Amino acid sequence: MKLDLVVIGNGMAGMKTVEELLDSGTDKYNITVFGAEPYGNYNRIMLSPVLCGEKTINDIMINDRQWYKDNHITLHAGKDKAVVDINRAQKIVIAKDGTQIHYDRLLIATGSKPFILPIQGNNLEGVVAFRDIYDVNKMLQYCEQKKYAVVLGGGLLGLEAANGLAQRGMHVTVVHSNEVLLNRQLDKTAGHLLQLALEKRGVHFNMPARTQTLIGDDSDHITAVEFADGSSIPCDLFVMAIGVRPNMALAQSTGLYCEKGIVVTDTLQTYDPSIYAVGECIQHRNDTFGLVAPLFEQAKVCANHLSGHGMAEYKTLPSATKLKVTGINLFSLGDFHGDDESEIIRFSDPCASIYKKLVIKKNHIIGVVLYGDTADGAWYQSLLEQRINIEEMRELLIFGQRYFQAEIAAVEEV
Amino acid sequence: MTNKNQQKIAVKAINTTCSYCGVGCGISATVNSELREVELSGDENHPSNYGSLCSKGSSLAETLDLSSRLLTPWVNGKKSDWHTATSLVADKFSQVIKEHGAEAVAFYGSGQLLTEDYYIANKLMKGFIGGANIDTNSRLCMSSSVAGHKRVFGSDTVPACYDDFEHAELIVLVGSNTAWCHPVLFQRIKTAKELNPSLKVVVIDPRKTATCDIADLHIPIKIGTDVALFNGLLSYLYQENAIDQTFIQQHTSGFEETIISAQNDAFNITTVAQKCQLAVHIVATFYRWFKETDKTLTLYSQGVNQSSSGTDKVSAILHCHLATGRIGKPGCGPLSLTGQPNAMGGREVGGLAHQLAAHMDFTDECIDRVQRFWQSTNMATTPGYSATELFDAINAGKIKAVWIMATNPVVSMPDADKVKQALQKCEFVVVSDCVANTDTLDLAHIKLPAAGWSEKDGTVTNSERRISRQRAILPLAGEAKPDWWILCQVAKKMGFAKSFNYQSPVEIFREHAALSGFENNEQQALRDFDISLLANISAQDYDNFQPTQWPINSENPQGKARFFAEGQFYTKTRKANFTSIQFKPPKNLPTKQWPLILNTGRVRDQWHTMTRTALAARLNQHKPEPYVEIASADALLFDLKHGQLAQLTSAWGEMFARVEITDKTPQGSVFVPIHWTAQFSSKGRVGALVNPVIDPVSKQPESKHTPISIRPYKAKWYGFIISQHPLILDGIDYTVLIKGDGYYHYELAGEKQIRNWQSHLASQLQPYSGKLSWQTYQDEKKSLLRTACFANNILQAVLILSPQSQLPERSWLSSIFTSKNSTALAPDERLALLTGKPPLGTADVGNIICACFNVGEKTILSAIKDNKLTTYQEVGKCCKAGTNCGSCVSEIKELFS
Repeated sequence: MKLDLVVIGNGMAGMKTVEELLDSGTDKYNITVFGAEPYGNYNRIMLSPVLCGEKTINDIMINDRQWYKDNHITLHAGKDKAVVDINRAQKIVIAKDGTQIHYDRLLIATGSKPFILPIQGNNLEGVVAFRDIYDVNKMLQYCEQKKYAVVLGGGLLGLEAANGLAQRGMHVTVVHSNEVLLNRQLDKTAGHLLQLALEKRGVHFNMPARTQTLIGDDSDHITAVEFADGSSIPCDLFVMAIGVRPNMALAQSTGLYCEKGIVVTDTLQTYDPSIYAVGECIQHRNDTFGLVAPLFEQAKVCANHLSGHGMAEYKTLPSATKLKVTGINLFSLGDFHGDDESEIIRFSDPCASIYKKLVIKKNHIIGVVLYGDTADGAWYQSLLEQRINIEEMRELLIFGQRYFQAEIAAVEEV
Repeated sequence: MTNKNQQKIAVKAINTTCSYCGVGCGISATVNSELREVELSGDENHPSNYGSLCSKGSSLAETLDLSSRLLTPWVNGKKSDWHTATSLVADKFSQVIKEHGAEAVAFYGSGQLLTEDYYIANKLMKGFIGGANIDTNSRLCMSSSVAGHKRVFGSDTVPACYDDFEHAELIVLVGSNTAWCHPVLFQRIKTAKELNPSLKVVVIDPRKTATCDIADLHIPIKIGTDVALFNGLLSYLYQENAIDQTFIQQHTSGFEETIISAQNDAFNITTVAQKCQLAVHIVATFYRWFKETDKTLTLYSQGVNQSSSGTDKVSAILHCHLATGRIGKPGCGPLSLTGQPNAMGGREVGGLAHQLAAHMDFTDECIDRVQRFWQSTNMATTPGYSATELFDAINAGKIKAVWIMATNPVVSMPDADKVKQALQKCEFVVVSDCVANTDTLDLAHIKLPAAGWSEKDGTVTNSERRISRQRAILPLAGEAKPDWWILCQVAKKMGFAKSFNYQSPVEIFREHAALSGFENNEQQALRDFDISLLANISAQDYDNFQPTQWPINSENPQGKARFFAEGQFYTKTRKANFTSIQFKPPKNLPTKQWPLILNTGRVRDQWHTMTRTALAARLNQHKPEPYVEIASADALLFDLKHGQLAQLTSAWGEMFARVEITDKTPQGSVFVPIHWTAQFSSKGRVGALVNPVIDPVSKQPESKHTPISIRPYKAKWYGFIISQHPLILDGIDYTVLIKGDGYYHYELAGEKQIRNWQSHLASQLQPYSGKLSWQTYQDEKKSLLRTACFANNILQAVLILSPQSQLPERSWLSSIFTSKNSTALAPDERLALLTGKPPLGTADVGNIICACFNVGEKTILSAIKDNKLTTYQEVGKCCKAGTNCGSCVSEIKELFS
């Protein structure tokens, strides 16, 4: 007799877990998946290229409905299928339309919600987030009809949105509260280079700036953004991209222990041992997540336990950041600011738009920022993750892996 | 008329002579004087080189750029004109002479002067100023040969000639790195050896130099012990009954005393081996070969001459040839290889302080004769100061005005810092030179722009007594004038107009030729130097003069190849003098404080103080920095690592040099090249260390033997800059400038940290390049900084700094400045810049081995590997390396191992 596994959330973390589980060869579950979006499973992080017009929705589908069939997974997708309650006593999940499914194991992968700045006018028409296909389609509509876009937030998502909208012909202004773009990924130098590159692509910046009020017209459509310094700019489309918050309302309502997110153990279990959680909705050892790499790692560990192997432990590693803007290469990893005990190796060639910074502590890489030439990002990441002592490599480390391959080759030749 | 036609008309073919060593190679120049374009090749008809040229000679056309030339007279740091400058010189010299006597003024000349220039300088000083304080840098070079010749032959006569190489069966090279210092002769010997496999070559040199490449026997003699070796040889020949009794009896005197003295000194091979620190079998082999080979030629150079017993060393060599009668016949004799293009010409006119003129000395009879010939008003009557004495006299305030011509004593003299001090103190220093900046010019009150090679017109004499024309191939640059003209202007203004009224060099040459024949006969005073047949030479014949070995007189109208086959020496008795000599160790021996011996010499591609060779980029690549060769055992003892900087100290001064560990230099001694000056290095003047010890007879300094100490120079930082433009880098402890093709390369090291490198560089580069951008690599924890500077994406400069002495390679970076001085770098090249390594897939040629064709070590190595080459000839065919001057062949051979 198979057990019932129910997955809430048809996003990347949840479905990656399912894929891992299928890959493990275990056949102990009847799997049911609930998704609030009316699609199969798509690659959310590729929404930016869709916005730019470089990719279509079809391009970014990971698993279409057929795949669920092929793998004997029941998919409940669409607004009506959003799960509204979990009855932990009876081990039943209940969807908006009343669908009730029993579970032996439950996986919560509800992801995150865009953070909406609590200011006046945030509910005006023309104020959107950048989270899903719905948002993208909305923005594309504006691109065809309107002129002024304002993107709030100079983080990864905001900049990708700004770039996409600019590519689509809108006059885009990015409003950022910090003086450095991508300040959670880049230092000042790299942030400045990035800003220059985006300015060349027609993106405007207002930073540091604090948004005070969104002004609307009679039909409650946004028309302007007003800042704390009293200045204002015209606006037809306002994109909130100031981060996400774990989507834990459902878990909270069912009494699962939550702090910033749904608190999980190293085995990705919530305080209810039959309920697992992965992805942007969780909080693991005080961390919450916004990038894809740790999600995939969580999926692996979670699947390992669901399949009954039960030996993997999740550990958060520094994850690398890339900006999905064609022609702009940047890479950020780990502690790129460093502290009093760390040492900085720096390479910069502003005219060639290249900047590299390695943060070293006790002969190990602890942080990396690469701008312009990111070819060695993966190599640095492996040196960081494998805790390779770089003392002997230090002199040419910043120039990349090729110099070490060459040296190894030369030695072999001799 | 088309432009092309005009050019065709401007092009001329002119034969001339090389300006560098004493080989005296003929050069054929094709000249477009309007465009100052010159192409050179060896003169195939010149009997000294038959078309060959070495790396230095073949680069002469690359030294003709006017940017480094002195082009106007300067007076006290300001541009002046000839009238003002020569009047000042004349007035000041006249004033000093009036107040302090003729001994209070001096001339210091050079083997770079042409015979005509030299003649005028000597005539002015000894015939009209009335002093004899005229000496020359030839004192540093071959005055021991002069003294030895005069002592033994009675005259300064070189008995043999280069043709003897092709006749000899044994060639003994003593104290001569012929391969580097006289490369064309080396190639000639090498060819002779290839044509005649029975020809043996012996190299006597403490170091295993590149010359040993063709040696059948290398004798690594202890520095300064040559007298014992050749006294031992004389004893051995006597004992083996291998002497020519007839020649000795008929043509020599003093043999009995000399052989006893030689036997006392070096009785047998064992004694010799001990004194010279040699293996017995090596000495025995050399002696046996010498005994068995009638056609033995001994070539010797600075290793013999630059010694406190230089005259004795020369004498000891000459003795062995006299005792065997091996002199003046094809394939045998002693032959001194002179260092400079016209050292011999200087000797002929009497350019040394103890000579009077035309191979006449300060005897009453000769003074009278020369006075009558010159119709001079004020003849010098006693010898003047030799070089070291002359600068001592300046230092002591005895000489108050000095005129230095075509030489750089602040670098080349022993105890050179003292020479510098002396000139700093001197009331009146005149320097005439063709270049604008030398260490000596820096101290001049009056700078006079002299004609340089390519403009000079006159004659020179090479090591085999061959007089050749050095012809002007280009018009005089700027205000430059020939040295004879400058001297005559001053002479006229000093009141000697009648005797210095020359219009052209041929007039001077005629007078010089006439003096050589004046009363030159058995009845009056027979001299070897006689070119009286040329006393009435026409201007046209002078222009067309073909290289000829003196004497050139009625007896020898075509000149003469050899002297003394039939004796007829230039002593009163016409017999040569054997002189009893004993081995004497060098003056200053090593001590606990100064445990090593400093040996000095030339490198392959540089000449003297680099004023011209350093202008030819390809000549700066072979040995780019001042270096010290040290044996591996000594390196261990003194804690030195290859490539590190070392500080060398003697009782007289100090210098820095890059360490080259090589067992070619014997344990207990180090070798440092002579060339580097303050123009190219902050602390690279080896002259500052050299002991001011001189041979009591020849007065030649002992430049090959100074006790020193050595220690690693541990700077706080090391670095280099390669820049498109010249930089001023003051206040850095160690700097060396290496001029390359399209770049200036500075090697740096220092104690004091320098902040704000970028702004230092920016302020100097901006005037050339405008707006700059920088690529920077910094590891602050490791105090590592590397930066590249661009203007409009064209690379302007690269700076590399590190607290470690190990720095990235320079060769690829330099090559970028040569090839990309006006185009942008490819992106991968740009990103690789600060590694010093080419991006993958780009060839790094390595250190330049062949300067003629600019072929690098790595190119040769891969040619050898890829094509499975086994000989250097194959390497030559494959990549041309070693096929021009051939002086890198020994280094190519080493690459096979």
